[in-house]
Amino acid sequence: MRVTFNANGRPVEADDVWEGESLLFMLRERLGLPGSKNACEQGECGSCTVYLDGSPVCSCLVAAGQVQDREVRTVEGLADDENGLDPVQQAFIDAGAVQCGFCTPGLLVQTHDLLEREPQPSDSDIREALSGNLCRCTGYEKIMDAVRLASARKCSSNSSEVSQ
Amino acid sequence: MSARNSATRTIRGEKNLQDITTAHPDGIGGSPLRPDGTLKVRGEFAYSSDLWHEDMLWGMALRSPHAHARILSIDTTEALTQPGVYAVMTHEDIPGSKYYGLEIQDQPALAFGKVRYHGEAVAIVAADHPETARRALAKIKVEYEVLAPITTEEHCQNPETFGYVHEPEEYRGHASGNVVHSQKVVSGLGVNDDVRAMADVVVVGEYEVGMQDQAFLGPESGLAVPAEDGGIDLYIATQWLHVDRQQVAPVLGLPENKVRLTLAGVGGAFGGREDLSMQIHACLLAQRTGKPVKIVYSREESFFGHVHRHPAKMRYEHGATRDGRLVYMDARIVLDGGAYASASPAVVGNASSLSVGPYEVPNVNVLAIAYYSNNPSCGAMRGFGAVQACFAYETQLDRLAAELGMDPVELRQLNAVSQGSHLPTGQVIDAPAPVAELLQKVKDLPLPPPLDTEHHLDIRELPGALSNTSHGEGIVRGVGYAVGLKNVGFSEGFDDYSTARVRLEVIGGEPVAMVHTAMAEVGQGGVTVHGQIARTELGVEQVTIHPANTEVGSAGSTSASRQTYMTGGAVKLAAEAVRNELFNLGRSRYGWTYNDLSLIGGKVVSASAGVLISMVDLLGDQAIDLTREHHHRPTVPFDKETGQGFGHVQYTFCAHRAVVDVDVELGLVKVVELAAAQDVGKALNPLSVIGQIQGGSTQGLGLAVMEEIITKDGKVRNPSFTDYLIPTILDTPPQPVEIMELADPNAPYGLRGVGEAPTLSSTPAIVSAIRAATGLALNRVPVRPEHITGT
Repeated sequence: MRVTFNANGRPVEADDVWEGESLLFMLRERLGLPGSKNACEQGECGSCTVYLDGSPVCSCLVAAGQVQDREVRTVEGLADDENGLDPVQQAFIDAGAVQCGFCTPGLLVQTHDLLEREPQPSDSDIREALSGNLCRCTGYEKIMDAVRLASARKCSSNSSEVSQ
Repeated sequence: MSARNSATRTIRGEKNLQDITTAHPDGIGGSPLRPDGTLKVRGEFAYSSDLWHEDMLWGMALRSPHAHARILSIDTTEALTQPGVYAVMTHEDIPGSKYYGLEIQDQPALAFGKVRYHGEAVAIVAADHPETARRALAKIKVEYEVLAPITTEEHCQNPETFGYVHEPEEYRGHASGNVVHSQKVVSGLGVNDDVRAMADVVVVGEYEVGMQDQAFLGPESGLAVPAEDGGIDLYIATQWLHVDRQQVAPVLGLPENKVRLTLAGVGGAFGGREDLSMQIHACLLAQRTGKPVKIVYSREESFFGHVHRHPAKMRYEHGATRDGRLVYMDARIVLDGGAYASASPAVVGNASSLSVGPYEVPNVNVLAIAYYSNNPSCGAMRGFGAVQACFAYETQLDRLAAELGMDPVELRQLNAVSQGSHLPTGQVIDAPAPVAELLQKVKDLPLPPPLDTEHHLDIRELPGALSNTSHGEGIVRGVGYAVGLKNVGFSEGFDDYSTARVRLEVIGGEPVAMVHTAMAEVGQGGVTVHGQIARTELGVEQVTIHPANTEVGSAGSTSASRQTYMTGGAVKLAAEAVRNELFNLGRSRYGWTYNDLSLIGGKVVSASAGVLISMVDLLGDQAIDLTREHHHRPTVPFDKETGQGFGHVQYTFCAHRAVVDVDVELGLVKVVELAAAQDVGKALNPLSVIGQIQGGSTQGLGLAVMEEIITKDGKVRNPSFTDYLIPTILDTPPQPVEIMELADPNAPYGLRGVGEAPTLSSTPAIVSAIRAATGLALNRVPVRPEHITGT
């Protein structure tokens, strides 16, 4: 089948999609968007998290055909071409939250969503929001640091925008 | 830049090493950002599972549903006729050797005669789509005669009754029968009745450690591309490119120089990529079809596709005087090696030689042994034989403290090794060993505030968390301590040298250093450290890291906490050689006679005469390109009967304090805080060092309370992240880390390998805290709810 949808703000089209394929497979293998990772393929690890119509989902659990005419935003779509990395991406690098980095794309999307909803989350809020994203390298401490850092930076840049 | 850590650090050590200052904020001792960080956060870093090649086929393996069976026949006819299938191969199609293995070549590349574990690969296919490959596998007909699996210690010990995992005529292990390897350690008077009589107090315990999985997130994967010269180019996630090549080439019937490996992005390793997984299969299929072949394991296949941590059964006996001095230790450590040898011999070596822990024990008798069985193969995992022993000896120390009415930390400090101590192998610890100090550091940290459910109730902070199982009732807090002993580098006479090539030249008007090694960057941050070393030694700003491949000599394995020590040391040697060459260039060109030259900020500087020349002007269009090997000081094998010998390169120590809340009614555990203190000799990159300690501690937390591969009659029952649980961010507590930097005079920059030590003591510290909360014995990890509730 053919699937047409919007990926990272651009219309895309995938041909010869087998009905059993996931959104994750289509993104990675047919559309040249391998940023979303496949680490469990059953919705346990969160490595494949993408936005679907603005809500984070495990793309391994979404059938490719389900995204017809819908909006998908992946880790590749977080950075703004003009302004460089999203504050969440920069914070993950600066805080040492990236080791092997395989969990990073999913965590970035999930964190991005958290800070959109709750700009100043408590530690418990962060742990709850990210509890569906497994990381095996960091022990999560640097990830906590990264989310706090991104939150602080986003809030300070928002308040400086307001004061201007 | 100014905000970064550029503090001057001083190394203290036995030989009063030359002070090393951080001349460059992104040199050693700083925490510059990862060179691969931007690619990783943009989703553009190419992991082995992301590789793609025009005309690429998908490879897949058919695996045995039985733990032990004779293969009567394999019929591939129907699979071959399926459209989209390019090749179906069995052992009959292997052009070269049919066996491979890390230490003992006992594992068939594709099973023949028998299958010896659940999930062993029997046949492989290459097809145009993963689904085509899956369907083709379903059409391969394998006729098995199922055999009784050999799965228990009793089975393994009695091959005449229960049979052999490897028939005597095919046996390739180090010992005999179903024994892969065994090692004794006897020191002092050993342990006999006279020695026992010297002790006022004796504690005896039997302990068990379950089978833990590395559970790296990036599944086994890679791409094999056939080359025009008849060779293969393999792009692969591994821990050691050269040892992969050494095992792959003979199976393909190719000389090693026709098999070229390049490291693809690696999504974690933790020991699970030391053995081969899909390497040979992808290469065989590429060789057969003449097309590039990619193989990516699913999570389920990953559980079958790599070895695990050896489950252990241990009996420990400690005797001590009334005032708390250890008199003797007797230990028997039985490890289940599974179907094939993997790293079992070296794991046995570690388990035996480190069995006593970081304590002075005058009389010791130890036997460590690994059996073959029809359980999953076990081999390397972070901590490597030392994890199992640490759970046993630390539990023993707690019990001894209780028996003596002593504080458990004080008992440990009283018996702790220090520099100059003899270990039971006869090896003297000839570098700082601040075991007592590390314990004191975690003990002195402020405790987290007590649970206050009256004024502040957030169920997310309680055992059970969002399951809403408690609002504070039935919850008891406990605190526990543990410390461990780990070696760094390969041991027992193995020369695991590393190679590095450093090239210095002017690019775009700037001096640029290029570092080329075969080191597998698996996430640990070795590439960051290589850049730091080059900046420090060469005074340059710009460093490029060449992709890791087999064009340069071996870097050894990214394991055994050894890469910063070994390959970092090689980069240091190569950079120093380049620097000397540059100075010689200046001496011959300008007649310099200075003996006080250094490279700072892109300039050649004499301490007495000041700036002499810029590196750009001195180099001109010349490049200096040198390769050096770094060998650690030699070790020797342990004596077979006594375990005596200078067997280990370096020792490393970490201590933990765990604070837990236990819901004693439901058996749920919440680790509230996990504090660590570790001596790292020199923190080349403090941010990465802390990340390693927290990551390692968290894997120990997993082993303490959740992680275990469950087998029944050799069959794996939980090969998924639904059923094999690893810690989530909700399960993982704040982890304060205290770093000590006492230089090891034998190591580059005085550094000490970091990665593994925190995985050891984390587990027993947490279980000790659960015991403190519950009063239960808890002699087995992982501790499950039913162990706490007794239901």
